Amino acid sequence: MRVNVHVNGEPMVADDVWEGESLLYVLRERLGLPGAKNACEQGECGSCTVYLDGITVCACLVAAGQAEGREVVTVEGLSEGRARRRGGAHDRNPRPDPDADGVAGPRLDRLDEVQRCFVEAGAVQCGFCTPGLVVQAHSLIASASRVPEDAEIREALAGNLCRCTGYEKILDAVRLAAARVHARAAAEDARTVPGGADD
Amino acid sequence: MIPFEYLRAGDPAEAVAAVAGRPGAAFLGGGTNLVDHMKLGVAGPDLLVDVSRLPLDRVEETAGGLRIGAAVRNSDLAAHPLVRERYPVLARALLSGASGQLRNVATTAGNLLQRTRCPYFQDVTTPCNKRVPGSGCSAAGGYTRYHAILGASEHCVATHPSDMAVAMVALDAVVAVLGPGGARTLPLAELYRLPGDAPQRDTVLEHGDLIIAVELPHLPFARRSAYRKVRDRASFSFALVSVAAALDLDGGLVRDVRLALGGVAHKPWRATRAEAELRGGPATEDAFRRAAEAELAAARPLPGNAFKVAMTRNAVVATLRALAEEGR
Ligand SMILES: Cc1cc2nc3c(=O)[nH]c(=O)nc-3n(C[C@H](O)[C@H](O)[C@H](O)COP(=O)(O)OP(=O)(O)OC[C@H]3O[C@@H](n4cnc5c(N)ncnc54)[C@H](O)[C@@H]3O)c2cc1C
Ligand code: SF4
Ligand code: FES
Ligand code: FES
Repeated sequence: MRVNVHVNGEPMVADDVWEGESLLYVLRERLGLPGAKNACEQGECGSCTVYLDGITVCACLVAAGQAEGREVVTVEGLSEGRARRRGGAHDRNPRPDPDADGVAGPRLDRLDEVQRCFVEAGAVQCGFCTPGLVVQAHSLIASASRVPEDAEIREALAGNLCRCTGYEKILDAVRLAAARVHARAAAEDARTVPGGADD
Repeated sequence: MIPFEYLRAGDPAEAVAAVAGRPGAAFLGGGTNLVDHMKLGVAGPDLLVDVSRLPLDRVEETAGGLRIGAAVRNSDLAAHPLVRERYPVLARALLSGASGQLRNVATTAGNLLQRTRCPYFQDVTTPCNKRVPGSGCSAAGGYTRYHAILGASEHCVATHPSDMAVAMVALDAVVAVLGPGGARTLPLAELYRLPGDAPQRDTVLEHGDLIIAVELPHLPFARRSAYRKVRDRASFSFALVSVAAALDLDGGLVRDVRLALGGVAHKPWRATRAEAELRGGPATEDAFRRAAEAELAAARPLPGNAFKVAMTRNAVVATLRALAEEGR
């Protein structure tokens, strides 16, 4: 079976896909995107979290055929600012400067704010849970109209297990990212609203 | 996994024909249960008919009630303004289930028809009458913490794992089905079976029967309703026991009530005995306890889950008490 899928903004084709393959397998083994991780393969750990048509899903439980014609954004795509929320609106996370230095591949200054905050807050130990957490936290922050409260962060991340950190640093990272993203969005709104700061 | 084919149905009739015409075929909703079971070897369909993108993804207002399409995602249903306003018990039950990523994918019909989480059912190396009829029940004398205290049989003591279904059963939901023989409706409470001597059958549906919608009737007092889920950890865990309730008070009296229990039986358990006990009586803690005890008089706990009887009683009392206080 052939599966056509948009991944991180690019049309991609995977051939000889066996009907039983998961989207996770297609991404990792056929499309060369190992960011989403395979751990439990049962929907329990969230390491395989990706965006599918703008909402986050466990790619391990999505059959490849179900992804046909749809849009996927993986953790690799976040650093290039390609995550779009459902409804077509761009997420509110800041875009890295596209022609910063012409260097390919993620560098700290090209990372999405959530990724950067995970590094800054020391929320990464072995790193296996990190891509899934980053995508899920990204979705939480992008969809909230304000900085989420701790209880909301915990509930949103309940499907992402981490065996190393004890979660405290992860919470720090998400709080930090949420505060920065929303502060920036508020500043932007003030600039574009007539009578706002820069008007 | 065994090799299988994949078909995306264009309309419900095509989906029904495709599955009905092939004994090994199965409908595919979000896949969060079925894909898992295919990996585990618990299910081995040779044709998957994807019904998750059929035009059954709308929540429509009916005369005072709602009609929920079979393909509506759990997260969308939980967030729907009319669900939150008219049936808070349903929104809360949905949000208490699984994780955000899974609710984003799981469909209404798939949630209703998800299979038991009995560990032996999911482990193909152990005997299980539900998976392989006649092979025996490994839960007998085994791990029974999550198993039934009501309505079980010697052949199977599994519980139904859905939270959403408990709320829907309390709300008198009706299921609309399209089968090879045409369309029909049936009360959700009658969709599910007790295990008896055929635990391999969770429901009364026949091969090729497609759920197309769930209808929630007009039930104004369900605006005061709640879902309480008791589990081993605060989030992302199946229910040990759960309670869905709606309460209609007339001063200090119970004018009407809806009560259903999760985690206690092979099906979402409508607590009709407790309801009868409560109607017309005082809305007091004592009365709530007596009603719960009346329902649980038939309980037959297993060695590993005797705690569930008291836990269920307490959860019923706490849920009703909170609803009664909300009304004062
Ligand atoms: C880690 C984990 C934790 C979970 N925790 C909870 C929890 O706490 N509470 C809870 O309630 N649930 C929980 N779930 C279960 C989850 O809610 C179900 O997997 C989900 O609702 C199933 O929906 P689906 O659309 O993905 O179903 P699918 O997997 O697509 O299908 C399930 C079954 O329904 C059949 N089917 C699907 N659509 C139709 C239709 N229209 N007509 C007829 N048959 C159909 C399929 O053939 C299959 O047999 C959890 C799941 C996982 C993986
Ligand atoms: S309780 Fe039911 S599902 Fe579990 S092992 Fe026994 S027969 Fe199988
Ligand atoms: S690998 Fe998908 S949830 Fe664990
Ligand atoms: S950092 Fe190791 S699992 Fe989270």
